[in-house]
Amino acid sequence: MRRTVCRLALLAMAVNGMRAQAPGRYLLRDARIVRVSGPVLERGSVVIRNGLIEAVGANLTPPPGAWVIDCNGLTVYPGLIDALSTWGLPSQSGAGGRNGASPAAGPEDRPLTVSWVKAADQIAPSERAIQTARDGGYTTAVVFPRGNIFSGQGAVINMAGERAGQMVVADSVGQFLTLRTSGGRGYPASLLGSIAYVRQIYLDAEHYKTAKAIYEKHQEGLPRPAYDRALEGVLDSSLVLLPAETAIEIERMTALASELKLKAVLYGGHEAWRETELLQQSHTPVLVSLKYPERARDADPALDEPVRVLRLRENAPAAPGALAKAGVPFAFYSDGVNNPRDLMRAVKKAIDAGLAPADAIRALTLTPAEIYGIGKRIGSIDPGKIANLVVTDGDLFNPETKIKYTFVDGNKFEPLPEEPPARPGRGPSR
Amino acid sequence: MNKLTWLALVSLAPAIGADAPVIIQNATILTVTNGTVRGSILLQNGKIAAIGERVTAPEGATVIDGAGKYVMPGIIDCHSHIMADAINEGAVSVSSMVAMTDVLNPEDIAIYRALAGGVTTANILHGSANPIGGKTLVMKLRWGRNAEEMKFAGAMPGIKFALGENPKRRGNAPGGGGAPPNPANLRYPATRMGVEDVIREAFTQAKAYQASWEDYRAKTTRGELAIPPARDLKLEPLVEVLEGKRLVHAHCYRQDEILMLLHAADEFGFKIRTLQHALEAYKVAKEIADRGTGVSTFADWWDYKMEAEDAIPYNAAILTRKGVVVSINSDDPELIRHLDKEAAKAVRYGGLSETEALSLITINPAKQLLIDKQVGSLEVGKDADVLLYDGHPLSNFSKVLKVWIDGREYFDRDQDLAGRPQKQSEKKDLVDKAAAEQRPARQTP
Repeated sequence: MRRTVCRLALLAMAVNGMRAQAPGRYLLRDARIVRVSGPVLERGSVVIRNGLIEAVGANLTPPPGAWVIDCNGLTVYPGLIDALSTWGLPSQSGAGGRNGASPAAGPEDRPLTVSWVKAADQIAPSERAIQTARDGGYTTAVVFPRGNIFSGQGAVINMAGERAGQMVVADSVGQFLTLRTSGGRGYPASLLGSIAYVRQIYLDAEHYKTAKAIYEKHQEGLPRPAYDRALEGVLDSSLVLLPAETAIEIERMTALASELKLKAVLYGGHEAWRETELLQQSHTPVLVSLKYPERARDADPALDEPVRVLRLRENAPAAPGALAKAGVPFAFYSDGVNNPRDLMRAVKKAIDAGLAPADAIRALTLTPAEIYGIGKRIGSIDPGKIANLVVTDGDLFNPETKIKYTFVDGNKFEPLPEEPPARPGRGPSR
Repeated sequence: MNKLTWLALVSLAPAIGADAPVIIQNATILTVTNGTVRGSILLQNGKIAAIGERVTAPEGATVIDGAGKYVMPGIIDCHSHIMADAINEGAVSVSSMVAMTDVLNPEDIAIYRALAGGVTTANILHGSANPIGGKTLVMKLRWGRNAEEMKFAGAMPGIKFALGENPKRRGNAPGGGGAPPNPANLRYPATRMGVEDVIREAFTQAKAYQASWEDYRAKTTRGELAIPPARDLKLEPLVEVLEGKRLVHAHCYRQDEILMLLHAADEFGFKIRTLQHALEAYKVAKEIADRGTGVSTFADWWDYKMEAEDAIPYNAAILTRKGVVVSINSDDPELIRHLDKEAAKAVRYGGLSETEALSLITINPAKQLLIDKQVGSLEVGKDADVLLYDGHPLSNFSKVLKVWIDGREYFDRDQDLAGRPQKQSEKKDLVDKAAAEQRPARQTP
């Protein structure tokens, strides 16, 4: 009976994904430390206390009561960041704007707009994706509500926490835009309408701000501006994420951003190698999707595709290297690929196509933190920063490498052993 | 656009005139506006520098022997939907807030194919799903450049209107023929009366909007406190129409709807720049001519829908004789490749002269788009948008050999043919490589 209870307890722990062990103080000793903010320390230590990195260097003495972890032969990286994610948001996220309402008759009906929705208010700490990400070395995800033209405000969340509120590093870091259409439910029914709608919203927001400011000063004798939550949400979002995968879309979206004076970040980026000059000169960061475009597996073998499409696929992994060379800030994002091993494989593809490994690590750590304005708190191994770390037994991009520990807010996690790969011919096929 | 981006775009754009001068000698030069010259034409610094029996070739000029060949101005298509990633915003009956400039696709292969058919300038229009459609613009087919660099500098912007079956076809896909219903345009209007109502209502709103700004400006000049009106992207272009700063291109077929629009425009005080298609325009040629409105029509398309039943191939010729500026347009990525042959039909039907027929696809559409100072004929000082043919352009047997825009070569038939094996092998390499990469993954059971 007792043994059963024990087993159950162990099982519960396993299911919960390795509950954090005694929080507090750690000394990671004799590790190779990839700080990202500075040169690699070939042999050094990291002191963790109260969820923060207290010290980094050689010959550090452990603080009293600290757990000392011998990291000889191990490498410590800053925790990885998924720069545009849904990890930790409920799998069934259904903020559908005007779902159920009558079709929008124009921009004034604010179609496909939930700009006021905050991802920080929707976090589900029990989502399995959180543990999967953490076991794969991701300590942080920048999560955005999805599905609408103005989809809502993103949050930076750490990949561990008992309660949703504890996971939040920053609660409103930008507005996620798509250029989708209503799908037959009124305006907008085309890309033309979606872009025009975005433009009208920003004009309206500007006017709303002005009208409110004038009314604030002179409340007598002036008509009262109507409250508009769609515009409130837009005005609360200083950073705007715009979709741009191809070169044409990059040109289109940088032009729109500069016309509307938006502080924009583009996401997609597979053809960004063609637009490095424009991106560099317009100071536009890019989030590069780690889901490279490829021919659909069930595509008609006789399908004749244009060279443009073939070239886009062929060259997509070269985009990160080209951006790095041009000095354009860029970060990687998962784009629906939820297995961290697949993500590392995709980054490796970019490295094989010319991206320096150090730049690859930066695009998974410090650069996304900087893009979202929290570079002082996460993204590198520096004293005072949040203790988000990943400890591996080798190079991050080597497929043989195993992750030994992940630290999130100073709490240590050990990944569950990976399931052995199914032998060919056995087990369920996909 | 911020200054840096703008500077970047400018610096990316090749300086016009950076190309070596080109002289075509011993050719038959169809100027369209000043008769036929047997001699030479010189393209220099992006412009036509000289035309005459004897023109001295400047140093470094590329000399082309035009013996037996014909030279004509680049073709202008006054109605095209190429190079756009979207055509219609059909969910609303007035979609003047949308703009074709937002969805340009400078890599649309139809551009190159049009170029191979001699088209150098195209009026890129919104579709005809609604009575008042989106904002339009004029592009030069500078294949290989980005959208910004292809815009026709200085051309006045336009807007698309549409009358008749398409805007009133509630819930049906444009094109008819029993196509499945399109839920995107399940909206008013459902009749021609409704189409008129939508246009009148929109301009009534536009006038009120115009007045609200005038009122605001008056208040602020008097020093009174006022909150400015909110900018309305739907009404702004209509105010521009009222102020004569935006050209109206109206899709229409029947004489009754043509008269309706002309009268409504008279009443609201704006002009219809062109009637597009206007297959029954010959019935009301005088009313159209009186207002200085142009007609951009098909050569002989007929009976593809109810409202096209009364079309006659003499439309262009009759309107021309009645003093209307007429052009032949394509409205189609295939037809745009042989507009020269479409123009030729007006010689057969209606007896236009060869020059008049060529005018239908050159100087006339240029006049309609108010770009006739820059393009549309071979005149010294105009943009060097020039075609070289191996025979008379109106002959079915003639082909476009070369196309220049602003004096730069954008199409060369021989080069195209010679480059095909190399392009095919590049494509094969890409296909093979992709297949090889996918193969191992396919082995999983």
